[in-house]
Amino acid sequence: MSQDHIIKSYDEELTRLTGEIVRMGEIAAYQLGAAMDVLERRDTRAAERVIANDDAIDALEASVSYDVVQLLARRQPMARDLREVLAALRIASAIERIGDYAANVAKRSTALNRHAPVPAAQDIRTLATLATELLQQVLVAYRDRDAEAADVVRRRDADLDALHTQVFRELLDDMAREPSTVPSCAHLLFIAKNIERIGDHATNIAENVWYLVYGEEPTEERPKSDESSQIS
Amino acid sequence: MIEPSAIATSPEAAAEHVKLAARDIRFHYGDALALKGIDLEVPEHRVTALIGPSGCGKSTLLRVFNRIYELYPGQRAEGQVLLDGQDVLARNYPLAQLRSRIGMVFQKPVPFPMTIYDNVAYGISHYEKLPRAEMDARVEAALTRAALWDEVKDKLKKSALGLSGGQQQRLCIARAIAIEPEVILFDEPTSALDPIATARIEQLIEELKHQFTILIVTHNMQQAARCSDYTAFMYLGELVERGRTDQIFTRPTQKRTEDYITGRFG
Repeated sequence: MSQDHIIKSYDEELTRLTGEIVRMGEIAAYQLGAAMDVLERRDTRAAERVIANDDAIDALEASVSYDVVQLLARRQPMARDLREVLAALRIASAIERIGDYAANVAKRSTALNRHAPVPAAQDIRTLATLATELLQQVLVAYRDRDAEAADVVRRRDADLDALHTQVFRELLDDMAREPSTVPSCAHLLFIAKNIERIGDHATNIAENVWYLVYGEEPTEERPKSDESSQIS
Repeated sequence: MIEPSAIATSPEAAAEHVKLAARDIRFHYGDALALKGIDLEVPEHRVTALIGPSGCGKSTLLRVFNRIYELYPGQRAEGQVLLDGQDVLARNYPLAQLRSRIGMVFQKPVPFPMTIYDNVAYGISHYEKLPRAEMDARVEAALTRAALWDEVKDKLKKSALGLSGGQQQRLCIARAIAIEPEVILFDEPTSALDPIATARIEQLIEELKHQFTILIVTHNMQQAARCSDYTAFMYLGELVERGRTDQIFTRPTQKRTEDYITGRFG
């Protein structure tokens, strides 16, 4: 941000908003990591804790919404400030969804624990690692108001999409080869999709960082590589 | 939601006729240079807002447009003010004609100490001699267009000084539009009014733009954002940026504009 506002508390409110969002993002990234751990360790009790922890993200989102309403009503932000507030609201909503997807991964892991382990879980880990990386990068880009760094995340979502397509294909192959794995693989398909959606939301956050900085949506079309819908 | 058709897609849109234009306006208060070469285009049937900190020259610019400054010794303007392409600052341009084409509404409502009716009729009689019935019709039409008729129709012969501040300001607007100008200049027209009276004036401005071209000076940024199609930001006698209002208040191109409208001016 350039210069401080004449009214100091206005700056404090905007700074608090950023802080809340970064905190939300950190929890969401942690949640995804924790969900992957419980998936691999087949730990149902720990999975339940991950699911319960989603409340913390929801509470922060409610707090961001409250602060945004207060800022709009009491400060009537203009120009960059208006974009800050609008981006905060949208980004908080994207992170809240990411939290839901992470909790969903944990939830499905408990179902998986009722079946024999399947090897495909390994590929899911690779997918989740990349999604976590994108999420962390875009949060840093938001914290630093770095539109170019955000755009790198936006472009890298194609890698996640490609990886998702590959995992999808492998899971289909596994099911065809060994029908007894169908219940597990079906859950893994959903888990993979959840993680792929996390990447979409990271992209969404990246686009909001761009909008916040430049006041317009990124014009260049981003590469897309999710071909899972074409697989038969 | 803003109606997309309500404003042109770009300030340069061919469909927009430039009603009023300032060309390299320099204004002197004695030795002090208050306007340092202002260029500004005011499109027809649009509301253009002039914003900027106190002393930036926005009211001065407004005063140049209808040559009010000529009343004061030591004040002089250079450059051109083109009204439909004709320079109204030219010495041979008749002042009475200028004032009939460019009306003005001031910060403080200044009703004349006469009846409500006479306040409106006075301006008209300055320019036209009308039979009584026709004058009545003109007064009613002006008061109706100024959204005041319903409130005053039963007390037209009462003193205008008995009206509330908001009503007085609408009376001044009625007086300005009664002579059927083409452009109306508003100099902080709501700064002395409460929020309800302010909203009425803003609603009125929105309606009036279909018939007139409007230029409004305001200190209230939200007001500029609410009721104008174009906004021009002035600072220290210069025009820093002029653009569509939706652009100026969401992504101004100049840092000084951004700092001003976000309340960062040091």
